[in-house]
Amino acid sequence: MKRQGPVLLAFIIGMLMLIQFFTPNPLFLRIYNLFLDWKQVVLGCTLILGTWSLIRHHTRKIERKQENWQYSYVTLIGLAAMVLAALIWKTEGGPYTWMFQNMQVPMQSTMFSLLAFFVASASYRAFRARTFAATLLLIAGAVVMLGRVPVGALIGGSIGGHEVTVSTVADWILNVPNLAAKRGIMMGVGLGMTATAIKIILGIETTYLGKSD
Amino acid sequence: MKAVTPRGESRSPSLAALVVALLFSVVLSAHPSGAAAPEGRVADTPDDWGTSLTLTWTYAGPPEEIEAFEIRRHAGQAQAPAAPAAADSIDMSFDTWGWALVDSAAPGDTVFVDSDLDGGTAYSYAVVACLGAVKSPSVPTPPARPERQYLRSATVNVLVAVGVFMALVLVLVERARRGADLFIRRIAGLEAVEEAVGRATEMGRPILYVPGLDPMDEVATVAAIDILGQVAKKAGEYETKLVCPNRDPIVMAVAQQVVREAYASVGKPHLYQDENVYYVTFSQFGYAAAVAGYMVRERPATNFFIGKFYAESLVLAETGNATGAIQIAGTDSDAQLPFFISACDYTLIGEELYAGAVYLSRRPLLLGALKAQDYAKILILAAMVVGIALAVASPGTFEAYRKLLQ
Repeated sequence: MKRQGPVLLAFIIGMLMLIQFFTPNPLFLRIYNLFLDWKQVVLGCTLILGTWSLIRHHTRKIERKQENWQYSYVTLIGLAAMVLAALIWKTEGGPYTWMFQNMQVPMQSTMFSLLAFFVASASYRAFRARTFAATLLLIAGAVVMLGRVPVGALIGGSIGGHEVTVSTVADWILNVPNLAAKRGIMMGVGLGMTATAIKIILGIETTYLGKSD
Repeated sequence: MKAVTPRGESRSPSLAALVVALLFSVVLSAHPSGAAAPEGRVADTPDDWGTSLTLTWTYAGPPEEIEAFEIRRHAGQAQAPAAPAAADSIDMSFDTWGWALVDSAAPGDTVFVDSDLDGGTAYSYAVVACLGAVKSPSVPTPPARPERQYLRSATVNVLVAVGVFMALVLVLVERARRGADLFIRRIAGLEAVEEAVGRATEMGRPILYVPGLDPMDEVATVAAIDILGQVAKKAGEYETKLVCPNRDPIVMAVAQQVVREAYASVGKPHLYQDENVYYVTFSQFGYAAAVAGYMVRERPATNFFIGKFYAESLVLAETGNATGAIQIAGTDSDAQLPFFISACDYTLIGEELYAGAVYLSRRPLLLGALKAQDYAKILILAAMVVGIALAVASPGTFEAYRKLLQ
């Protein structure tokens, strides 16, 4: 029963969700919305679990004086400071908002802006023309990049009565070969998702329960 | 259906209609107007549970002259004034004979969906064009009854596709159960898992497993957790530390259970430690910073980035690349695939992500389901070829080619 119970539950819930998609019966819609509400409740409870996990992870690191254990103090102090600020001064205005606006948001923006450098290094590696495929990628990448800036529309001319510029070639690359490849991938993804869902509903796949056999 | 007069007298609909028609013929003579009357039609709203009707109308006159349309409803068969009349008198007449004012519509509107109706009752509607002091009602629509539909018509094709696919899965699972040899093509990224875990063991460094950023209801996360189970088994066999930081607390709880069971299944339950599968933060870039920091400090020998990723994918993959780790990524986010391909050693593209756990476990039942995907793809390709052939063979296409050649 310990194994069959969750599988049976997954089957019933999965079938309800599947039927809900096909029928306009409001009962199924109500059930669907009810489960969405429950999900929020479960998420709220597991957030406590997650916070507890974070605290334990870092307190153990401090206890054992593991490498770089000092940083764990920063995490724990940051967590406590935000919680206390929210409890004492509430979340509207006050130190909580100040810390969020002036500490968390800039730190997140910094991480995001690092992407520019990572894109440069990754592009350098990808565009090294060592093979035919890499050379093709380099040419396509250069055309698309040039086609995305205003000067791209000025490079080119009339061929057979049609205006052909770097921008139009870039659009063609994005809308024809690139889109075809993307659609091919998405089709496979769609089938993979459906197959996974069916496997879970029918109880063929149970790894998500922590039981693979 | 009976209409009730203000005095409380009950009259039959035909008598009511006669009286209304007579009354408004008198009103018409008193208020001559060139205003056109709308023409209304009512029909059952498709794809609902029998609680609504859809009223459509046309208006022959210039819409800019109209202030609004009034929608009047009568339960059961009835008639309404069909000629322009003074606003106050026509309102009184409608109210008297049981025509409820349901709603009003803007001059450009031509459709009104009346919902929350009684499924067993027939309803008639009248659309009244309001032109200042004059109101011009349509001829009442024939009564219509809301009908219940059990299936959304727009989802029939999906139902057929799901039915065919489910049948394929069941047939191939049954074949696999009977021991049929099902060929699955080699997937380099999954073949490398053994090598990647072995490398971490030889170097005495941990394995980092990132199960994406999405919650458990995302299928890619389910696939990531499935692969985590297989990777944890191998890590358990080699007694190598596996670290799994999580962005979602529910995913963390599931990942802890999966890793614990995986270690137990290879006879090494003592290797499992809760602190190695832990929660970090819900913040996207906070999570990326924490994982990147871990990679730089602890220098894991092997990194797995499996699941749903967003803009942080390159932060993670490039940091891992800089630390010299062997990296295996897998995602169905098409926008992140180029980043993973350029920064990782192996990348599971799209559907390969969903095949991961099956490929690694080689369980016959799961192989059957995986094989069904291949057959479904053949069916889709066949449908596409037929569609292209029909499109090319259509007269319009020939005409277009002819013009192009000219």
